[in-house]
Amino acid sequence: MDAQTLIARRIALELREGMLVNLGIGIPTLVAGYVPAGMHVHFQSENGLIGTGPIPEQAMAQPRLTDAGGRPVTALPGAATFDSAISFGLIRGGHVDMTVLGGLQVDAGGLLANWMIPGKMVPGMGGAMDLVTGARRVVVAMQHTAKGKSKIVPQCSLPLTSVRPVDLVVTELAVIAQQGGRLRLVETAPGVSVEQVLAATEAKLEVADDVRPMPLE
Amino acid sequence: MKPSTPEEAVALIPDGASLMIGGFMGVGTPERVIDELVRQGRRGLTVIANDSAIPGLGIGKLVAARALRKLVASHIGLNPETQKQMLAGELEVELVPQGTLIERIRAGGHGLGGILTPTGVGTVVEEGKRRIEVDGRAFLLETPLRADFALVQAFMADYAGNLVYALTARNFNPVIAMAGATVIAEVEQIVPVGMISPDHVVTPSVLVDYLVGRA
Repeated sequence: MDAQTLIARRIALELREGMLVNLGIGIPTLVAGYVPAGMHVHFQSENGLIGTGPIPEQAMAQPRLTDAGGRPVTALPGAATFDSAISFGLIRGGHVDMTVLGGLQVDAGGLLANWMIPGKMVPGMGGAMDLVTGARRVVVAMQHTAKGKSKIVPQCSLPLTSVRPVDLVVTELAVIAQQGGRLRLVETAPGVSVEQVLAATEAKLEVADDVRPMPLE
Repeated sequence: MKPSTPEEAVALIPDGASLMIGGFMGVGTPERVIDELVRQGRRGLTVIANDSAIPGLGIGKLVAARALRKLVASHIGLNPETQKQMLAGELEVELVPQGTLIERIRAGGHGLGGILTPTGVGTVVEEGKRRIEVDGRAFLLETPLRADFALVQAFMADYAGNLVYALTARNFNPVIAMAGATVIAEVEQIVPVGMISPDHVVTPSVLVDYLVGRA
């Protein structure tokens, strides 16, 4: 199983019946493909849709029904559309139960940087700052390292997305939970040891007494 | 409300005007009005919109035509041309969190002196802004936005100019329709008065100054 699939499958286990969930682009989008059988979850697209369904067959694409990347999607029975003020009222107002976002860096306090690399990549924050500030639960889906360097660092060198710490970080090596402003290693991926995770992580991690193998279904 | 062609509507817009433009990645953007802005060679525009779409689509066409002096948006990541002009210092870009951008526009259109949002507190977005505590929680004071023109795209209008939007093409459109001094609405269909129930009208006709139909 590749790293992205592993991360998406593990995060899908955080979903609960009836949740309103917002998925960012990249690995987070893959989570929608692993909703546990029989569970009903409402996915929000921040461009103004609750009830986002799968990508339509090409001939069935409706140009006015798209995801936040502008790609055609479908709307499930019971879906609702609304303007951007309501969409971000849902996000900031605490109505979104969980958001899953990509990350560039997470620091030892659980703070996330995911929207720019000064001088290099300046895409803009889009909805990320509102999501991290307002969603009830924030899950980061990212590779543990980039070009061999840990993305979990003592302090973010990149501009922060929010001063609200994230709740959970899921990588291809581990699941790390933030509580009380500290990061704790709680699960390791199949075939990965606690020592390997600690060696690949620049920030200091607490290690749970009962580190478990990462469940995938 | 006055029916008009794209040519007539765009002739009202001078060089250097400020424009709010509807759409999210080009979905719900008044494409024929944009094409006409490019054709008439407008320059020095300030555009307030969610994003700059992709090259060849919506606001992306204005960026490529170098019609913009300044862009206020939440996301430019899918348009390399916008980033190139910004990094070269040819285009001023103000990046605003999406939820803050839409609320600043709403505040402008609704006569509010600004909004208080927790988004951006403690980040680079806070620079130069007032932090205000309410019930022990920190918020940023974000100021209202208005524009000379709002360029709206809607799915349907009746002869009176009442507007209805479709699916995710709604996005910024009904909000900017409140915040432009002059509102130009480009619509896909025009139907007789009465076909849109009063309960289903999203943007009331009194807000619409010029209606650009399909013909």
